Amino acid sequence: MTLLKHRLFWPVAALVTLVVVNVIANPNFAKVTMRDGDLYGNPVTILRESAPLMLVALGMTLVIATRGIDLSVGAVMAVSGAVSLTIIADSPDPGSLGTVTVAIVVAVLVALVLGAWNGFLVSVLGIQPIIATLVLMLAGRGVALLITGGAITTVTSAPYKFLSNGYLILLPVAFFIWVAVVAIVALVERRTALGMLTESVGINPEASRLAGVRSRGIIWAAYMVSGLLAGVAGIINASNTMAADSNNAGYLIELYAILAVVLGGTSLMGGKFSIAGTVIGVLTVTTLDKTIQFFGVPPAQSPVFFAVVVVIVVLVQSPRVHAWGRAASARMRRTPSSGEPPTGPGAASAAKKHEEVAA
Amino acid sequence: MTVDTDVRPLVSMRGITIAFPGVLALDGVDFFLRPGEVHSLMGENGAGKSTLIKALTGVYAIDAGTIEVADEERDFASTADAQAAGISTVYQEVNLCANLSVGENVMLGHEPRGFAGISWNAVHREAARHLASLGLDLDTRSPLASHSIAIQQLVAISRAMVLDAKVLILDEPTSSLDRGEVEQLFAVIRSLRDRGVAILFVSHFLEQVYEISDRITVLRNGALIGEYLVEDLPREALVTAMIGRELDELSALSGAAERAIDRTGTPVLSAEGVGRKGVLEPADLDVFEGEVVGIAGLLGSGRTEMVRLLYGADKADAGQISVGGERAKMHAPRHAIDRGIAFSSENRRAEGVVAELSVAENMILGVQAQRGWMRRLSKAEQDAIVAEYMEALGVRPADPTVPIGTLSGGNQQKVLLARWLAMQPRLLILDEPTRGIDVGAKADIQRKVAQLAAEGLSVVFISSELEEVLRITQRLAVLRDRRKIGELDPTEVDLDGLVDYIANAGHTERSATR
Ligand SMILES: Nc1ncnc2c1ncn2[C@@H]1O[C@H](COP(=O)(O)OP(=O)(O)OP(=O)(O)O)[C@@H](O)[C@H]1O
Ligand SMILES: [Mg+2]
Repeated sequence: MTLLKHRLFWPVAALVTLVVVNVIANPNFAKVTMRDGDLYGNPVTILRESAPLMLVALGMTLVIATRGIDLSVGAVMAVSGAVSLTIIADSPDPGSLGTVTVAIVVAVLVALVLGAWNGFLVSVLGIQPIIATLVLMLAGRGVALLITGGAITTVTSAPYKFLSNGYLILLPVAFFIWVAVVAIVALVERRTALGMLTESVGINPEASRLAGVRSRGIIWAAYMVSGLLAGVAGIINASNTMAADSNNAGYLIELYAILAVVLGGTSLMGGKFSIAGTVIGVLTVTTLDKTIQFFGVPPAQSPVFFAVVVVIVVLVQSPRVHAWGRAASARMRRTPSSGEPPTGPGAASAAKKHEEVAA
Repeated sequence: MTVDTDVRPLVSMRGITIAFPGVLALDGVDFFLRPGEVHSLMGENGAGKSTLIKALTGVYAIDAGTIEVADEERDFASTADAQAAGISTVYQEVNLCANLSVGENVMLGHEPRGFAGISWNAVHREAARHLASLGLDLDTRSPLASHSIAIQQLVAISRAMVLDAKVLILDEPTSSLDRGEVEQLFAVIRSLRDRGVAILFVSHFLEQVYEISDRITVLRNGALIGEYLVEDLPREALVTAMIGRELDELSALSGAAERAIDRTGTPVLSAEGVGRKGVLEPADLDVFEGEVVGIAGLLGSGRTEMVRLLYGADKADAGQISVGGERAKMHAPRHAIDRGIAFSSENRRAEGVVAELSVAENMILGVQAQRGWMRRLSKAEQDAIVAEYMEALGVRPADPTVPIGTLSGGNQQKVLLARWLAMQPRLLILDEPTRGIDVGAKADIQRKVAQLAAEGLSVVFISSELEEVLRITQRLAVLRDRRKIGELDPTEVDLDGLVDYIANAGHTERSATR
């Protein structure tokens, strides 16, 4: 009963169900093999390929908690990929560790500046987040194209490639990167008061202001983190293909990130957020992506398939649907024959209260 | 305990039980509401009054019991359902659309229609008519948010009366109204009662309860204590029934007004000519160490506006403020907080509670904000603050981990008070701190304020309850029409004198005891 009430119960249940359905349909789905001391197989791929979305969704979680939204993350990824690969391509020694380090640092700083710009528009100028970040969403890819000179920059650089394709201990580097970033963000949010103050600003900005919370700084910081993490995501993404494709890097990732955040149980209304929930949400989205490949859904139909599953998952998590479910089962138990409306005591009322609390 | 049964109840609630996680909010409560009566529901904060109302109006489903309305068993699925059945409700926390106009709020869902859909002129004409019946002359096209919480409350009441209701439920409708408005509201209530409407009234003001009610039902801890005719239940008996013990309300406080204040030193807060165009004419105010300064005036006289300027919640465009003799710029609440000033807003829901955060988080919010996000209060420090104030203010339920939004109105207010006290300010600005607080807790809070002031805390105290203001302040600033008209010594005026001064002085007087 308490397990059922845990806020992560339904997100986890959705992910587990998805995996189980896959494994039943195709036992190969969960197959992991050891090769040259490294693990391979579909689950490992999911952990590796989750990295960009994970980082972006993590930043998105913080932004959403402040009642905002960041539509520019995909564009920031493109810029960051373009910056890093252009630096490597222009360097006399693309394979050196120094070059790659410089490329990464510069790209991440650029992304941080872009995040700061978003934060400035929202927190200082008071522009609606959706509009403020739309500016960069539209302009960002143009900037990325400008940086790469309109072409798809490709490079060969072993250290850079290592980020997305390399292995550390048994598992891919990209996996360790996202685990580390999740851990750092979770630590900063929950070991300091940032998480609580962010939620407070998201739930009631005016009460927070009167209590002396520096909402401007907190909102600004959320967009900077989102920009920064999108920058890292852009690097991992570019490292995966070793090409800076300004039009396609991180394309529509903002929407998948929002989806993952919501699947993880964080409300788009802002306020309470769950980092663990977002991790689960991202894994769900990535797993679903793999499911489509495994089931061999033709590309033309895959968006529809994706959408249908998302709708089911969202419904399964909805408190209102839970309430209906309980009410219906209670009615079946209570009135086997007549279709009497559910009056008085019992599950219908419990259901309604549950909804009340969840709302 | 005589209950005449000659009138058939319009609403019969029997054995109503509602449990929330960890709290049995109502435990087998019976409640009967008859046509043509004003029936007061009484009880301490958290006794279950609002929950009983919400059970009747379909906001909460009941776990056990039956509800009959007009001899028919009902289980309303929503407030809309209840409304359709003739039950009209004004909830405790004003629940309107702040960004719609006053007129739209009054008529929402009942807009008069013409050929081309809603006729907006008719909407505003109708709305103005309803508002006028409460003695309100408002621009119905102005946004609701631009009005004070009291006006919003009156708008909510007008809205409830738009419907041709058989049952009118008013959950603490008068908590933010002043005497004149309460009289107006009571006149309306009486005329409705005489037309046969059944009225359910909730208030923590005992005078009002005795003035308006025919019958009283008392709840304690979610259980029914009894139903009484008002003439059978003297005031002391009512209080005892409510809190389950006897209460000596005032003894602890006597003498607070006489306490001598040293006004020779530097004031803790000194405002010179502070004002803002269209909000408050430039006014002076000094507050000395250990002094409780009351701000009195009618609704809309600029009381809240004045303290908001002092706190930096709104920016003053004239005058200057010094704290402890030092010029201070108050452009944001943070500037005031950094100088040791705390401000508890009258608008609990919009400007106080952070509903989804826990009671504990709400309590420490101010302290934490002041320390900054990097220096998180340790678990031990949090627990110490929380334990101290849960105990000192008697917050119920005594579980600090529940979201504050699930607490009863009065208990939310106590948590907010704890938030400000925990910051250990040198000046505490309290705007209607006892609104919605039950008799016992009200006395507790007044005592706490008096005690802190005696220990050196300076307080600016606003309350529509003039008895309270006279009892605990050492000086009174009186406002009228957004202008300060003078100061009074509370030991030298009585209630009638104060009422008279507030109402009339501005016209003739230049400056009182100043
Ligand atoms: N949605 C909810 N979830 C959990 N507990 C609740 C909820 N609503 C009310 N309660 C609890 O039920 C009890 C009764 O609350 P209720 O609001 O009815 O009190 P009240 O008599 O109206 O008090 P007040 O005078 O302060 O308004 C309280 O203990 C409160 O904490
Ligand atoms: Mg209540």
